[in-house]
Amino acid sequence: MDLNFTEEEQVFRAEVRDWLKSSLPRELSEKVRLGKRLSKADSELWHNLLSERGWLAPNWPRAYGGCEWNAVQRHIFEEEACLAHAPRSLPFGLSMLAPVLLAFGSEEQRQKFLPRILNGQDWWCQGYSEPGAGSDLAAVKTRAVRDGDHYVVNGQKTWTTLGQHANWIFCLVRTDPEAKKQEGISFLLIDMDTPGVTVRPIVLIDGEPEVNEVFFDNVRVPAENLVGDENKGWTYAKYLLTHERTNIAGVGFSNALLATLKHVAAKVQSGGRPLAENPHFAARMAQAEIDLMAMATTNLRVVSAAAKGQAPGAESSMLKVKGTVIRQELTSLLRRAMGPDALPFQPDFLTGGDNADAMGPEYAAASAPNYFNMRKLSIFGGSNEVQRTIITKAILGL
Amino acid sequence: MDFNLTEERAMLRDTLQRFLADKYSHENRRALIAAGTTFDAEVYAGLAELGILGALFNEEQGGFGGQGFDLMVVFEELGRAGVIEPVLPAVLAGGLIAELGGGLADEIMAGTHVAALAHGEAAAHYDLNHVEASAVTDGDAIVLQGIKTHVLHGAEAQSLVVSARETGDAADTAGISLFLVPVNTPGVTVSGHRNIDGIPAATVTLDGVRLTATARLGTAGEGFAALEAAVARGLTAICAEALGAMDAAKALTTDYLKERKQFGTPIGKFQALQHRMADMLIEIEQARSAVINLAGNLQQPRALREIHVSAAKNLIGRTGALVAEECIQMHGGIGMTDEYALSHFARRLTMIDHLFGDTDYHLERFIALKAG
Repeated sequence: MDLNFTEEEQVFRAEVRDWLKSSLPRELSEKVRLGKRLSKADSELWHNLLSERGWLAPNWPRAYGGCEWNAVQRHIFEEEACLAHAPRSLPFGLSMLAPVLLAFGSEEQRQKFLPRILNGQDWWCQGYSEPGAGSDLAAVKTRAVRDGDHYVVNGQKTWTTLGQHANWIFCLVRTDPEAKKQEGISFLLIDMDTPGVTVRPIVLIDGEPEVNEVFFDNVRVPAENLVGDENKGWTYAKYLLTHERTNIAGVGFSNALLATLKHVAAKVQSGGRPLAENPHFAARMAQAEIDLMAMATTNLRVVSAAAKGQAPGAESSMLKVKGTVIRQELTSLLRRAMGPDALPFQPDFLTGGDNADAMGPEYAAASAPNYFNMRKLSIFGGSNEVQRTIITKAILGL
Repeated sequence: MDFNLTEERAMLRDTLQRFLADKYSHENRRALIAAGTTFDAEVYAGLAELGILGALFNEEQGGFGGQGFDLMVVFEELGRAGVIEPVLPAVLAGGLIAELGGGLADEIMAGTHVAALAHGEAAAHYDLNHVEASAVTDGDAIVLQGIKTHVLHGAEAQSLVVSARETGDAADTAGISLFLVPVNTPGVTVSGHRNIDGIPAATVTLDGVRLTATARLGTAGEGFAALEAAVARGLTAICAEALGAMDAAKALTTDYLKERKQFGTPIGKFQALQHRMADMLIEIEQARSAVINLAGNLQQPRALREIHVSAAKNLIGRTGALVAEECIQMHGGIGMTDEYALSHFARRLTMIDHLFGDTDYHLERFIALKAG
């Protein structure tokens, strides 16, 4: 047992911190710190900065332009990036599709798509959920029928995050409606400029169209865009979900939230003293901090096992449930800390530049929208109830 | 960063596990308690022989461990088996004696001498600095007067480490001294009882107990720092013990959910119970992380060490109550019977919260330490 990072890891941390200090544009980190909304251009700017530094693809092999970082290095990078209020790099191409292409795609597909992810030419989105397939993902109905050199796709995807910016979508489609539901699914890459693809935004509880519906009406997709074997898509989908879950504890985000919360609670005056000295509020804050201290170590235990080559299995379900509960509690405390200043809805300030003035303290504007937005954490990526069922079966054997 | 045990500690754990599996079944433990026994001499000698007691002390003190993770490994296993023998006193009083030079460390490690910490008082609640018992110099002698409560394993001890005030008011941190007092010193009365979790304890009355100045451990009036550090080690031990007890309670409950049938199906097939088990498992892993954090920071300077003490004790208190209550509920009536091991783990887990500050006490303390 040793809770200290190795000297090499500490050197790496310093390198990451220095680079963030010199290269992360202040207007970006200010937006992130204040919970403002990032535009497509903001995301692309950050993407390109990381790409220039060669730090865009932490878990890809070097041969494809990745960093080949181990789990501990990835953890350190994420932690530092969160503390510096860096934007999150978009995971859809980098850490969701790419691992599937690397494991199951053809060399042609890798050569075609991976460089375009790195250079920002393609913005991917995920076509998994459907109106009738949420937690029960294998119930997907979107149909792909082979027609010569093409598949013809009909159906609907939903909850497609940032699909409004995307030009490609990776989809789970049903290619064999007769087979058992997990066995008739294929993994198909679809160019969203193809005729018959329609994207319709869904405005969410925080007023933002973060997700979309994507409709497919006789969309003709070249058969070469099938990943791996036909009807084996469920295997690839599950593989993708384990990659999606590697940073699922969100410890870095929670650390940053806690720092903001402490800063705010020391400033806000209530009953003639800082809110941080209100015993009830202080108790909730302290309990969240204690839970987060333990979570950081729980996460590192899984990370360090992963760095030694043990694949995280049901442990990632554990991280997901508790990590999201803590993060949601922090967003809830942050909203409460603002008091009446949480009330005004200020989309102009949240989307605008520095010119738009906030009503009340500028850090208050995003508190309620962010709290509402973060309700998604316990729903997406396999709801927390699905994770509990995984734990029940895989760890407890019930 | 490494979360694996060293080879030595893994061996220590395996040895202890085998010994306890062999000597310390739940039936044996229950029989001990039912017979009014507070201390199985054979078991205690066995623990000493295996080096379990030596693992609690560092090399300077004549042991071969003494680090936070040594305490963690030993007490997790003791908690899993529900051991009632006086190992904790070896950490608390034994640690103080070894550090401050009472000359008994070798005998304590050999298991031939038990020393207990006599610190608690009726008006102190959980405040470690609250000491009313007095130590008054009278010529060459020091005279102790006062009543010490909740002295764990006090009636099994041959000597006591007693806290008493030489100067200042009841709640002052300064002015507290520690004394090594053989229990057969005139004026010492030890009245034993048993706590609800099966652990023996005692009330110690000190009535004009005359000691020589050599009985004082460390510098006059400056005993608090050593006391607080010893309690930090004791808390590491009982937090790890709680972890072992939680794990054992979870294992019993998991097995029970697989065996017990109602409505024609094993009750573990019901999602209402499955998800509660999953939540419990998650919280136990969090508790493990909290104990790791505490054990790994035990050698740090006081401020950081105590933040981890209070963080761990708060989290363990919450989780211990959750595990005790949920496991009983999921078992139903059988979980409440004395005959069944679960009720013993539940009692211990619940009562650990009552030792050296409960979950609320340590939450408040954590806030104060963070602000300080």
